[in-house]
Amino acid sequence: MENTEKPRWRLVKTDNPPFWVKPLIPVLALIGTFILTSVLILLADANPFDAYYYFLFAPLENKVSLLEILVKSTPLMITGVAVTYAFATGYYNIGAEGQLYAGAIAATGIGMAMHGIPAIVALPLMIIGGFVAGMVWALIPALLKVKLAVDEVVTTLLMNSIMAYIVSAILNGPWRDPNSGWPQSPDIAPTAVFFKLIPRSRLNFGFVLAIVLILILWIVMTRTSFGLKMRAVGLGKPAAKFAGIKVNRTILTAALISGGIAGIAGVAEVAGIHFHLIGEISPGYGYTGVIIATLGSLNAFGVGLAALFFGLVETGAQTLSRALGVPVYLGEVTQATMLLVALGMLLLQRYKLRRM
Amino acid sequence: MEVFIINLIAATFRVSTPILLAAIGETYSERAGILNLGIEGIMFFGAFIGFIVADKSGSLWMGLLVAILSGVLAGLLMGLLSVSLGVNQHVSGLGITLLLTGLSLFGFRLVYGGRSTPPAIPSFETIRPLGDVPVLGQISDQYLLTYITFLVVIPLAWFILYRTKFGLHIRAVGENPEAVDAAGVNVYYVRYSVLAIGGGLMAAGGAFLSLAQLGAFTHGIIAGRGWVAIAIVIFGNWSPVKVMGGALIFGGTFALQLRLQAMGLQLPIPYETFLALPYVVTIIALVLAGRNASYPAALLKPYRRE
Repeated sequence: MENTEKPRWRLVKTDNPPFWVKPLIPVLALIGTFILTSVLILLADANPFDAYYYFLFAPLENKVSLLEILVKSTPLMITGVAVTYAFATGYYNIGAEGQLYAGAIAATGIGMAMHGIPAIVALPLMIIGGFVAGMVWALIPALLKVKLAVDEVVTTLLMNSIMAYIVSAILNGPWRDPNSGWPQSPDIAPTAVFFKLIPRSRLNFGFVLAIVLILILWIVMTRTSFGLKMRAVGLGKPAAKFAGIKVNRTILTAALISGGIAGIAGVAEVAGIHFHLIGEISPGYGYTGVIIATLGSLNAFGVGLAALFFGLVETGAQTLSRALGVPVYLGEVTQATMLLVALGMLLLQRYKLRRM
Repeated sequence: MEVFIINLIAATFRVSTPILLAAIGETYSERAGILNLGIEGIMFFGAFIGFIVADKSGSLWMGLLVAILSGVLAGLLMGLLSVSLGVNQHVSGLGITLLLTGLSLFGFRLVYGGRSTPPAIPSFETIRPLGDVPVLGQISDQYLLTYITFLVVIPLAWFILYRTKFGLHIRAVGENPEAVDAAGVNVYYVRYSVLAIGGGLMAAGGAFLSLAQLGAFTHGIIAGRGWVAIAIVIFGNWSPVKVMGGALIFGGTFALQLRLQAMGLQLPIPYETFLALPYVVTIIALVLAGRNASYPAALLKPYRRE
């Protein structure tokens, strides 16, 4: 039979992309992001090449902004790690934002009671308290998921909104600092404040905590049977069940660890940056955590790198805004564009062009 | 007391409108198997585009129209990611929300600078078809958009989903895309279409806030309404009429809280309790629906022709 269709280029699925494709993806994603965001920079009457110098290179050239990158990446590393535990298990915890605030409330409560108590007692208490609080806030959606099969995406999202109102109620009520015109809590005790890693900078013990959490994530995922169970459940529940894994228990544990770690992000922001509770402790770190975990392809070091890069973008957006007057929100746009471009490319690597 | 109840009912319809528009948009998408978490960002973008176009062109209707078009484009972007590329729907949706939130804030700062008092425009006027009829006259005092939402958008959604071939295709694609494809229907086309329709409705919901209810654009203009809409869709079991009921319940609680606060009533509990109540109610409703919730079978599943 004669084939009258003309040969044309088609995408064909391939299981073995050439080895040079994978390392190329971040580079191509960066170039793609640059081209797309250039439009906005041009709209703001700036030269994209100048802008990208201030955006991505200037912050690396002096010590103050270099440290600021680490400060800004700290909460993103922690929420990124938190989300990774859940997503790797196939539990879509979108609630890191609320869990972060739960941890922040606990840290503030404990921190305010630590007057006269040495740091060696105060800091572990706050970290544990924040972990437990985050876990408690993650418990309800997790139980609903495993016991009643209620979709966790929606419940964790709703729990974020409920938590925002709880924080507002606390700050307008029992914890309202009488000396402040704003809804904010009194300061935590000086001994409860995370110590500085470098004097006169904002870089503090929270960054060490973030690095430790990344290392623990790496060990759990690659060196423990629990990590194996989580990944098995994440790859497919029926198969994991068939292999004798207690699926629900694994999901519940991963969800609680995820919530607890998100809680620690709240502790780090209270004890390391703000020293009291305010409603604006997180500008969406919990949601950005989902993006960090995805860009880091649920890999501990990937999460660390993605968070550092996002820290650079945030710091750079501020530098750029000061230098050329480009609105600081270019940072958020760049992060989102980067995510979407990279996602598209990750999928395209599974295909190749073929003429047929 | 009578005045209180009349005001409450009137406010309920007003407050429900933006959430209902977005929730119906989400119903279309989810019925075809796509959970669009871009909803929060698309509403925000719609509110921003609607405001800026209305301000610069001087026409509120032009603002609404362009806002809807921007929502359609955002829906198509979601389609590119979740339908053509098959990216995880949670992540692509959240990515779109982040992108559109950032774009709106960027654009607003670029055009209006960092001034402390947000610019305002004269907003849509309400209409009062029942004039001086006691009780009903006052309740009928609503924005035209509210009338369009309840009397056109909802019945039309019901009609399209249950009485047209296109609606049959939508529901079938959400249940079993393979079978639909085998029957010769283009799954991609159906999914792109519902995302475009849905995006337009979500943006219209956002624009209602900036063009009718507020006459301004603020950072907190959407404040989680998109997430509430997602919950209402599940609460309403993916049926336009029940979704409308869910939106009215939410709107009612919210309006009640506003009324009580406006009366300056000293309550023994913080007023945030009322604000959080709709979210708690939604979670309880999800629990009660539990295993009975009839999720579209293909929800969250990318479809690819092999």
